[in-house]
Amino acid sequence: MIPIPYYLTVSALLFVIGAIGVLMRRNALIMLMSLELMLNAVNLSFVAYARLHNDIGGHVFVFLSITVAAAEAAVGLAILLTIYRARETVDVDNLHLLQR
Amino acid sequence: METLLFWIFALVGVGCAGLVVLHRNPMSSAIYLVATMLCLAGLYALLAGPFVAVIQVLVYAGAVMVLMLFVIMMLNLREETLQREGSLMAWLIAGLVGLVLVVAVIPPFPQTPVGTPPSTFGTIEEVGRKLFTVYMLPFELTSVLLLVAIIGAVILAKRRTF
Repeated sequence: MIPIPYYLTVSALLFVIGAIGVLMRRNALIMLMSLELMLNAVNLSFVAYARLHNDIGGHVFVFLSITVAAAEAAVGLAILLTIYRARETVDVDNLHLLQR
Repeated sequence: METLLFWIFALVGVGCAGLVVLHRNPMSSAIYLVATMLCLAGLYALLAGPFVAVIQVLVYAGAVMVLMLFVIMMLNLREETLQREGSLMAWLIAGLVGLVLVVAVIPPFPQTPVGTPPSTFGTIEEVGRKLFTVYMLPFELTSVLLLVAIIGAVILAKRRTF
């Protein structure tokens, strides 16, 4: 039996990698993917704690959060597509309409 | 056996996650992301969550990633748009901040011994029973959210100009 903290450490690593991706990459697509990575890391924590406390509620929350993530991906990618049609770029440094 | 599987899933998952962030080509990033999702599904299975593991493969590695790949192909990003990324110094600082964040995020380890779960733990029956009794309202609200997402995505993607 693997101790639960091992799973939590993997979760923390994945979350930080996702956070670095969101902060460092300038490609909006990669930023969305990093966001998914962060959501997944949190899901892993949920499942790990559900196992620790033998409480199935964590699995229910993962189920709901996966649904929300799917909705977020659909809307986010649609917005990205609209931006690309209008500006011909997905580089967030070039998307500074509000600065002017 | 379980230990071996854990280390394979954990190392491959974290390694692929790093490649998602580091790789220049969005298409490669997406494929590495699929690998990370599959490794996470394996970890869920190790944590006695067969239903969540299956959902992870179906929805994440299946539906969401197909959506991503379609958008990547539709965008058809040229090479020069992929070139300029953060400088080495910025990555170094990001790595340092990341290290601090890991130390901060890792919780004080709970030392509670973990017993073997009941044999029904994490099955679709168990999750479904909880979902349709205690978590009824969130479940119903999720359907509204999905409807909003469908309509929003269609309207956003359909429009030709701002």
